This record gives sequence, C-alpha cells and structure tokens, in this order.
Amino acid sequence: MSEHRIELTVNGNRHIARVEARTSLGEFLRDTLGYTGTHLACEHGVCGACTVMVDGDAMRSCLTLAVQADGAAVTTVEGLAQADGTLHPVQQALRDNFGLQCGFCTPGVAITMAAVTRDNEGADSGAMEEGLTQAMSGHICRCTGYQGIRRAIRQLAGVSA
Amino acid sequence: MNVHMKSVGAARYVGERTPRKEYGRLLTGRGQFTDDVRVPGMLHVAFVRSAVARGRILGIDTAAARDMPGVQAVYTQADLAAVPVTFQTFFFTPAEAPVTLLADGRVACVGDPVAMVIAESRAQAEDAAALVEVAIEEETPVVTIADARTGPLVHPDRDDNIAAEMGDEDSREAVQPLLDGAAHVVTMRVRHQRIAQSPMETRACLASPEGENEMTVWLGCQSPHLAARYIAQVMGLPQEAIRVIAKDVGGGFGLKNIPWKEEMAVIAAAKLLRRPVKWIEDRFEALTASSHAREQDVTLTVGFDGDARLQAAWCDYACNNGAWPMGEDANVAVHMFMWPCYKMPAYGFVTRGWYTNTMGLGAYRGPWAMESLVRETLLDKAARRIGIDPVELRRRNLLYLTDQPHTSTLGVPVEDITPGECLEKLVANVDFAAFRREQAEARKAGRYLGIGVATYVEPTGAAGSMAPMTGETVHLRVEPTGKVVAMLSTHSQGHGTATTMAQVIAEQLGVAYEDVAVYEGDSAIGAFGPGAAGSRQGVIAGGATWRAAQLLSEKVKQVAAHLTNASVEAITIEGGIVHVAGAPEMSRSLREIAEIAYGEPGRLPEGAPTGLEAQYRYQPPPMTMTSAAHCCIVEVDAETGFVKILRWISAEDCGTVINPGVVEGQIAGGLAQAIGQVLLEDMPYDARGNPLAATFKDYLMPTISDVPDFEYLHASTPSQTIGGMRGVGEGGCIIGPPTLVNAIADALSPFGEIEELVLPLTPARILDVIEQRDVSGTRAPAAEAKSAAPIVEEAPLVEAAPVASSSIDGDWAMVLKTPMGPQEMVGHFDTVGATVSGYLEAPEGRQEFSGGTLAGSQLRFEMKVEKPMKITLKYDLLFEGDAVSGKCKMGMFGSAKVTGTRA
Ligand code: FES
Ligand code: FES
Repeated sequence: MSEHRIELTVNGNRHIARVEARTSLGEFLRDTLGYTGTHLACEHGVCGACTVMVDGDAMRSCLTLAVQADGAAVTTVEGLAQADGTLHPVQQALRDNFGLQCGFCTPGVAITMAAVTRDNEGADSGAMEEGLTQAMSGHICRCTGYQGIRRAIRQLAGVSA
Repeated sequence: MNVHMKSVGAARYVGERTPRKEYGRLLTGRGQFTDDVRVPGMLHVAFVRSAVARGRILGIDTAAARDMPGVQAVYTQADLAAVPVTFQTFFFTPAEAPVTLLADGRVACVGDPVAMVIAESRAQAEDAAALVEVAIEEETPVVTIADARTGPLVHPDRDDNIAAEMGDEDSREAVQPLLDGAAHVVTMRVRHQRIAQSPMETRACLASPEGENEMTVWLGCQSPHLAARYIAQVMGLPQEAIRVIAKDVGGGFGLKNIPWKEEMAVIAAAKLLRRPVKWIEDRFEALTASSHAREQDVTLTVGFDGDARLQAAWCDYACNNGAWPMGEDANVAVHMFMWPCYKMPAYGFVTRGWYTNTMGLGAYRGPWAMESLVRETLLDKAARRIGIDPVELRRRNLLYLTDQPHTSTLGVPVEDITPGECLEKLVANVDFAAFRREQAEARKAGRYLGIGVATYVEPTGAAGSMAPMTGETVHLRVEPTGKVVAMLSTHSQGHGTATTMAQVIAEQLGVAYEDVAVYEGDSAIGAFGPGAAGSRQGVIAGGATWRAAQLLSEKVKQVAAHLTNASVEAITIEGGIVHVAGAPEMSRSLREIAEIAYGEPGRLPEGAPTGLEAQYRYQPPPMTMTSAAHCCIVEVDAETGFVKILRWISAEDCGTVINPGVVEGQIAGGLAQAIGQVLLEDMPYDARGNPLAATFKDYLMPTISDVPDFEYLHASTPSQTIGGMRGVGEGGCIIGPPTLVNAIADALSPFGEIEELVLPLTPARILDVIEQRDVSGTRAPAAEAKSAAPIVEEAPLVEAAPVASSSIDGDWAMVLKTPMGPQEMVGHFDTVGATVSGYLEAPEGRQEFSGGTLAGSQLRFEMKVEKPMKITLKYDLLFEGDAVSGKCKMGMFGSAKVTGTRA
C-alpha cells in the first residue's frame, strides 16, 4: 500500500499525517483525526451523510480520497458553530424546526445547507429556498420525512411557512 | 383539545413544541454512535458471505487470509462452536430454524455469513476476507412463496417449508354461506414487495470483554435492556454479565429489535479472542444481508349487503420468512387488527409464513400493517363497485364512540377508539365536494387527480401479555444542587424520549425543563423495558414519569411543610421555587430544600428518608389504541405514469400530545416510509436467489422531492393510561400506504381498477391500468406463480393406524406452536373407557382437564385458560405409536399445530 504525507486544516486545526492512497477523506477524518461528527452511511456517494466542506465546497467525503485534501481547508460539522457555542444559522434552523430525529444524516445536511446559504448570500428568498431544496435532494433522511428540513429551509430563506 | 390530568406545577410543558434535549450533541457532531467509540486494542471484523442461495459447503480455505498483514483470526463455525449459543426470537422463545452464528455445513441464502476475519483495521479485514475461498455445491434455491409451497426443504431437518401457521381452513365453512348470500362480494389481492428497513446508521457492534464473563457491548439497538437480556440468554450467561450501551442510534424501525447472527458472532469472537472487537456493517451488507421485511401475498374477500354494510370476510395470507427469520412469523396480528375498528360480523383466515432461501424476515414499523393496506384498498374498490362514496361507505361501517364498548369477531375488545370521529374531523377540514368539482374539470383537460381516504386503529403500548412487552420504571431525584435527574430504560433512535420525559417531569414537578436531565441508553441505567418497540414509550414511560414526578413532588412538599411549619396542602412548587400559601417570604428554592434533605437529615420530619428521590414502575392497561383517518390528493400523469402527491392531511388521535413536534415527526417519518413502499422501494430477488438492490441507486429511498408537506389534525382523546397518551410511533407507516394507493386508484378510475395491487406502484405498473395492458410485465410472472401446484397439505390424519386406548396413558413430550413461538409442555393422560382426563404442564404451571373423549386413536378435549386472555383451547390429537400430532384451536388465534412423542 502506498502511503502519502498530507497536510491540511480541519476546522482551523492543522494536521500532518501519513495516509494510504485508498483511504477516503471520511475515514481519515473519523478514524485518524477523530472528527467523528462526519458520518458514513452508504460509502457510495448517494446519501450525503458524509458531506464536508473542502476549501468551501460541499463534497462527499466517502468519494474523496484523503490525499486529495492535501493542502486543503476542511470544515466538518464540528466546525460550524462558533467557538462560544453559538449555533450556525443552519443548525439553529434545524433545531427550531425539528429538522432531525436520529441525527445520523444531520452532519451532511447541515454542511450542505451551510455551503448553499453562503453561496446564495444576498439572493432573494425564492432563489434561496429553491437552491436549498434542490441541494437537499442529494441527501437521504430515513427518519423525518424531510418536514423539519423543509421548514428549516424556509426559515433560512426568510419565507413564511 | 388537549386534556391533561391535573397539573402540579404552573408552567405547562406538556403540549409544547419544546426543542429536543438531544439536539445539543447531534447538531454539532458530538453524538456517540457505536462507530464513534474506540477502545484500546480494538480489532475489526469483516464477514465472508455466501454468494450462493442454497447449497452444501464443501470447504472453506482460510490459509491465504490468515497470512495477510494485520489479521488476528479467521473464524468459521467450527471455531465459534466453542461459544455455544441458542438463538431466540424477540419474544425470548427459541428460534425454530437452526440459526447458527456462521454457516454450519450449509448455506441457506445469499449473504449468509460463512466466515469472519478479524484484523487490526477494517481495511485489512476486508482485504483478507476477499481471499477466503468458499466452495459450495449449489442446489436449486427456493426463492418465492410459490417456490416454498412446492420446492425442496429450506431446512432439511424440518417437515415442510411452513415456518409458522395459524388460522383454520374449517372456518371458511362458517364464512362462505355469508359471502354467498351477500349482495356484493369484493376481492382484493395485494402482493407487497420486500423492504429493506434501511436505517441510515447500519448495524453496528463493539464488544469489549472485561473479566471472565463480563462484557460491555456498544450496540445499534432499540433497547439496551432488551439487548443485554437477549445476549445473556442466547449465550447462557448471567444477565448482569452483559452491559449494553447505545447512547445514539441512527434509526432502527424494527430491524434492531434484537441483535442477530452478525452481532452475536462479534460478541462470540470477542469472548474467544479476549480482545475488543468491532463490526460496522456496510451499506451493501445492510441492503442485502440485514433482515428484510414485508414480502406478502394476501387475498381478502369481503361481502356487503345491499346497503354496503359489512357481512363477512375471509383472508388468505402468506409471508416470506426467508431462511433465518428473527422469529418465525405467520403474522396473526394482521388478522387480529383487521376489523376492530369496523362492525364486521364474521371473519375467518388462514395465515402462513414460509421459509425460503432468501434473507430472513425482520420487523419493520407496523409489522402487521398489511391489515390496513388490504382492507382499506378493498373498501375503496367496493365503494366504486357499489357506487357509493368511500367516506359514506366507511361511515356506515366504522365504529364511533357511541358504538362502544365493542368486541371484534376475533375477540379484541375496544372501548375508547375514535376512527369514526377522526374521519369526521378529516371531512370537516377537507372540502371533498370542491375537490370532486376540481377533479371533474381537470379530467376534461386530460389531468388525472385522485383523492384517497383511509381509517384505522393501532394497538400501542402493549404490556403484560408477551414476555418482552413490560411496564416501565423511572428513578427520579432532585440532586443536592436542586437539579432533577431521571434514569429511564427508554431508548431513542430519534424518538426524543429524553425530551418528552423531561417535559412531563418538569410540568408535574414544577421545575424548569432546562433543569431536568434524562439518562437513558444504557442497560446499567433503569430497569427492564423493551425500549422502542410497539409504539409504547410515550404511553408507558410517559405514565411512569408522570406518576414518579407527582410522588417526588409530594416528598418535596412534606419536607418543605415541615421546615416552614405549614401544612402540606399549603405548599406549591413552581419554576423550581417552593412556595407557602399566604407567606411569600417563606419561599425557598428547591436547591435549599435539597441541601437540607441530603446534608442536614436532622432537620427532616421524623422518620423521613434522607434525600429527595422517587421511583415508580408503571404497568399500563394491556393495550392502548390509537386511531386515525388520513386523506391524500395526487395527480397521475397519464403519459408517464408518474404520481405527484399534492396534499396529505392526517387526523390522528394519540391522546395527550406531550410534544407536537415529536408526535408530528413520528407521523411524518412513517408517512415518508409509506410513500417509499407504495412508489419506490423494492428489494427484488432473481430466480437464483440473488438480491438485486445492492446500493441506494437501486434501492430507491424517498427524497425531499418525493414527500409533500403534511398537515396535521390532532383529536387528542385521552386514553386510560396515566397522562392519557396513546402510541404514535408506527401509525404513519400503517395508514400511509392505503391512503396513497386509494388516491392513485381514484385518479386512475376513468381507466379501470387496480385489480391486483402489486407494489411498488412504479410508473410502468400505473401505465398497466392507464393503457389496460401489461406494460410493466408484472402479470406474466404472476400467471406462472398462480399455476404453481397447490399447497401440499399434511397427509390426512385419519389414515393413521388406530392404537389401543390404554396406550395413550402416561406422559407425552409435546410442543404447541403458538404465535409467540413454540411452547414445550408435558401432556399427561389417564383413560377410563372412552373418557380421558389429565393435565398439560409447562414451566408456567400445570393445567388439568377432564371429560376428554377418545375415539379410536383420536383424542379431543377442552381447556379454559385465563392468560394472556380468556380463551377455550380445543385440542384434537391423533396418536400413532409413540408419536402424537394434531391441532389446538385457540379461539381468536385460530389453530396451532401440536406435535410430540411419548416421554
Ligand atoms: S456516505 Fe458518502 S454519500 Fe453516503
Ligand atoms: S434524522 Fe435519522 S436519518 Fe435523518
């Protein structure tokens, strides 16, 4: 197995590690670095649970190799809230609207929402709602029937329910 | 209308959309799911699974795997046999199929675990597992229910492929004349696809041996208590040897009711190796090798009189149990709960579970849900046939509160169900007349809208009639700091029990919700309870916390009254402050009282225990019923066969609603699964027994674009439990499927009937109706299945050679196959002439009978039992040499097989 040295930041923390070429970013974050907030639910790119931000872009960490994140700034769900514990607006919206039950899909949902709200900053409510809803179609949640997620989207987009 | 029992504190928490306590960790990535736990020295498991559905293992070559880096062990059943296990069902009865940890000489389905590799990393374990060579002599598999009826034996040591069987062909004789005399007779056949439960967190187990027998097991489960008891019993260990921890679990839905082959193999391996061993199932395994659900073939025939009133019904039910069901199941609950919410005078059924060479049957949210699906879709079909509005047809037949108490034909008593009232609430809130006008207009424009309604009742909060279904205990205390701690045996896989229980406690005790902490998810906390199973936690644990908080409040008041020289009646607790009526200056914080109660016992009333603690175990009524009526509106695209759900309204009655956000979340989650079942999800098998949906690209889970916004109406008729709650965990998944199918059938009615409902209703199957031809190709294989040979019944018993009457005297070792599993007993018979008396003895006790009659070698006798309910058991046995066989008619449960030999 070929091993590679990589260097990256995760939620602002600097990490240097040696990884096998085949190790996915998701496994690396969880097993090597201990960021267990990122969840692997299908490991084939469909469910979205493993989504993290790599240099600001939402990516499926099960389909991204750790070596591809060399030199990158990665944000996981642990890095969304502020240092004082204030929740990120997407976390707050999910909390206010019963947007999760078991919470297994939630890390990926929150990361995608955070990336989409940032990308659409300043967009009108309709475009924000549309963008978030479309992005959510790439996430599977078995528990909630997406009701709270959709209400959270409306809250973030400033649309009345 | 939310009705509560008198509230002690002023602040109302019950009925509020309180944000959940679990959010703090789950939203920030700080939950603790099994795979998040690491133990020093932990090893990882990968299973080697059978790629063949049926066959004899010729050899397993593990040499190459053993040589791989990091590999610590490669086990086959020959190795694991050193850890003897006896698998049980969820009911703690022995599994009937010869379930072993790993394949024992034969494989019985694709995915059957054959070997396990244990290595230092998961990647190493998987690399090595790929090198294990398994040679299997492949045999023709039994895949479908039709195959099972005629094919070879799935388990060679059994008599036939019938895994479980109830009901009675004879009862057809009573029902048939009523059907023959009915003005309208309508039949509905439903072929339900196989479902993969698919919680987002796959199965997971980390077993860490500590000492000779003790072990801590982190497990994806639905109740750490039930799992700990199950593991201990299966392994023959004392229960206190096993501690199960499951702080966070990513969904269960019935799949995780009990640990199964793989989890038990991991535990056995940890015991053998004396090392911590972890297994995290991957999604391929989860889809193809976790237990599956549903796969039923059901035909219901119902007779109506000229006024569309129900006259009689007959149902023939078959369910694929696979090779290793987590409990052999003929699903008698389907029949028990088919009619309790309707006025149905006569009902009979036969119901069977069949072994096949497919993955075993597990539970899935509302395992008996078929009753609602087949009944409600039949009622709509009947309404169209008779030419009556489907709501009106239900009104004529449903039970309203004024019709109760009522007992169903199968003996299920109901006294406070509200299916009729829920339907009226729904009708009052949905303008059906306006919809019909819109539908007519739309049809002119070539758009096909449909509306569907369904009504049902659901048994929830069962306690006291089945071994695992018990009451709940809460240990509650005010800490010396004044904060409140509750220890419960509840478990949340998203249910939010820490939240709802804290709401009840805060309200009843008079403290702030934020000041209540709930500990659960650990078998070392609380007392035995089965956790999330059968929609019970809100009802039973809710009642337990309700009463425990009242008891604790009384205790606080007694101490406060003593300290302030006031009467107990003058004390109130609000917002964590203890007040004395008319003396505001005497108010003290709960903390002050608690500090005294713990730290200055001398100041307590004489003889009062120190501290502020209460404990209560709540045994609710045996069953609490939840009712609902749902309505859904769809548009079907006649060109493509695609279904769009436009509106969905739920009118449910779950009694007291502790937290509407949690209740609606349960309903919505169940409805999304219902939509998946009706339109998307399918786990098909090919003729060689290969499961065909291996990824989430093949197994279509509902996404945000498939699920509409649901609307809710809460009827909230308090139940007879403490607090008045009714269960709500499974309902959406039970009433959802018929509601949606009825809406689609209504939209399709200009084209024709869905004569036979085959799920999922893919666009192609919908085009079958629109184009009135077999677009989907569904009918072709169905015709084949129908032409298969009829069920092979056991040889007629009367043929047996007669035995001399005296030769039946003495003891017989007999087994009665009950719905909860086989019951072993000793039968003792004494013959005097043609009259027989004697007794049946089981571990639970001995029951005598007399007045039995012996005719030739046929013995008939009756026996009245009180538990689990009052029924008369009618035995009809035939003796042949040293063997006895026959059946026992068990009232509403139909007939059960009896076998035995001379003891
Ligand atoms: S785990 Fe990456 S998409 Fe499912
Ligand atoms: S909350 Fe359980 S999968 Fe989404």
